[in-house]
Amino acid sequence: MSAATVTPAATGQTPAPAPVKAHGGEGRIGLRANLRHIGALARRNTLQIKQDPQSMFDVLLMPIVFTLLFVFVFGGAVAGNGKQDEYVSYLVPGLMAMMGLNVSMAVGTGINEDFQKGVMDRFRTMPIARSSVLIAKIVVEVGRMMVAFAILLAVGFVLGMSVDTSPLHVLGAVGLSLLFGASLMWIFILIGLSVKTAQAVQGMAMLVLMPLQFGSSIFTPPSTMPGWLRTFTDYNPLSSLADAARGLFIGGPVARDVWMVLAWAAAITLVTAPLAISKFRKKT
Amino acid sequence: MVGMTRFDKNPTGGAANAVEVRGLVKHYGETKALDGVDLDVREGTVLGVLGPNGAGKTTLVRCLSTLVQPDAGTAVVAGYDVVKQPRQLRRTIGLTGQYASVDEKLAGWENLYMIGRLLDLSRKDARRRADELLERFSLTEAAKKPVMQYSGGMRRRLDLAASMIGQPAVLYLDEPTTGLDPRTRNEVWDEVKRMVGEGVTVLLTTQYMEEAEQLASELTVIDRGRVIAGGKVDELKAKVGGRTLEVRPTDPALLPAMARALREAGLDGIAGSKVDAGEGLLYVPILSDEQLTAVVGLLGARGFGIAHIGTHLPSLDEVFLAITGEKTSDAAAGTVESAADHQREEVAA
Repeated sequence: MSAATVTPAATGQTPAPAPVKAHGGEGRIGLRANLRHIGALARRNTLQIKQDPQSMFDVLLMPIVFTLLFVFVFGGAVAGNGKQDEYVSYLVPGLMAMMGLNVSMAVGTGINEDFQKGVMDRFRTMPIARSSVLIAKIVVEVGRMMVAFAILLAVGFVLGMSVDTSPLHVLGAVGLSLLFGASLMWIFILIGLSVKTAQAVQGMAMLVLMPLQFGSSIFTPPSTMPGWLRTFTDYNPLSSLADAARGLFIGGPVARDVWMVLAWAAAITLVTAPLAISKFRKKT
Repeated sequence: MVGMTRFDKNPTGGAANAVEVRGLVKHYGETKALDGVDLDVREGTVLGVLGPNGAGKTTLVRCLSTLVQPDAGTAVVAGYDVVKQPRQLRRTIGLTGQYASVDEKLAGWENLYMIGRLLDLSRKDARRRADELLERFSLTEAAKKPVMQYSGGMRRRLDLAASMIGQPAVLYLDEPTTGLDPRTRNEVWDEVKRMVGEGVTVLLTTQYMEEAEQLASELTVIDRGRVIAGGKVDELKAKVGGRTLEVRPTDPALLPAMARALREAGLDGIAGSKVDAGEGLLYVPILSDEQLTAVVGLLGARGFGIAHIGTHLPSLDEVFLAITGEKTSDAAAGTVESAADHQREEVAA
């Protein structure tokens, strides 16, 4: 007798649905339910941080260490001896771009680690939109990014950073940096879903991050760079973000850079978010 | 194949099928994880899917729980098609995998509350359900502790509790006791029996014959992605080997005389009866009801004092060996690597 024998039950009618709880027969998930799911999952991610406070070290220490390092080690050389104050005002707005990049990288490793655990299987067998797992992650990471920015700005002010515009402009710069950072998260989620281990995520990310960060206007004005590099920095979205943020802090024309950042953020999200969500759906 | 039919011959007998799988195929490159699997689980029953590592058990469960798309074939669970109606289907199933699918960094209560919220319970109901289930699975004391501090058995119980929050119609248990010590394993079995008592349909995969025997009423044996046998647990056992009669005389000294009497009467079967002096038992292989009647009649007529008498079926270990042993001889060379079915030791904190 072969394994393909049709069992008697197959000859007849389709089975009656087993008693199912009183949900609508439709599988669609409404907006309110979706928001509730994202809320429950964001709560999970927040509780994880509470359980593992060390996971906050990056956002707590990175802004302090990097700011001090660059202001006091490179500040004199870049801006001229004794002009560290000026350099703080140049550096700190742009550093938000760098912090955003680093925090968003952590999302990739986080997603990758989640997949090593069985809990992702449970989420994916539940009647929730699969994207809500990713969106909840992004929501919490944006929160972490806000903490990093707050500390960064506090350090900046302590070191004598000046703001020549209004608090509203500063908030605008923070918002722009958060938006761009959130769009980057989709890239790292995609990477996190594509490679085998969390270490691989970091290795791959470093390869991209170093040239992007330093080949930008975050740390020094590109005017001293050779022509070929300047072309790169001009098109580097981190330069646009740093310039926009700087303009919003100390005044000057920002419209072009702001639009550039918005365009980059939109383009990155539109391309990588659907890819990441589809990858997430199909991942086995 | 030993002339086994799948399930009973009566199509209208019993309840509707909660799970119907037809010709399910899933290949990973050259590996045929599922190579045309058919099976049914009747509503309110437990089907044991028995097979060695790499037989395709986990792939089967992943297909049935919408985690993996099958390459061919159909699967209908609680009336919903696995491929066409995954969202509806997810409302009716629960899954407890080989690896505890709960968040280790969260407290037990938080895990259950989160799942309640994801299943659209109100805050109040989610809280109540979390409390209820922790109580039921004897985890109330550990409610506020992060799961990483739980022992292996506690984790598995929490996992079962998590699967029960949505009151699923169909529950998949993928090797629910792999890596657990015997005491913990019994705890998990007790919980599963309780859930079945409440009317949940269960598809259980296992490589432990004892587990299938304990929990399942029907059994499908799979090997290399194919069903090689199936039926009621007792039927399957009866077909593969005969029963064994065990007799305990009032006085163990009677054992040799009893064995001799049976041999002289030609009633001890081809293999002959066996005396287990340590246990004080006589084992007689039984091939027919007539033989059984004659044996009991003879022992009674000769006036042997009998303290206990009973028959037992061969263990599932023997059943499985009988079937797969036969199968492997003509199977093709392409074996499914068993490394795919990794086992992980549960570390008790």
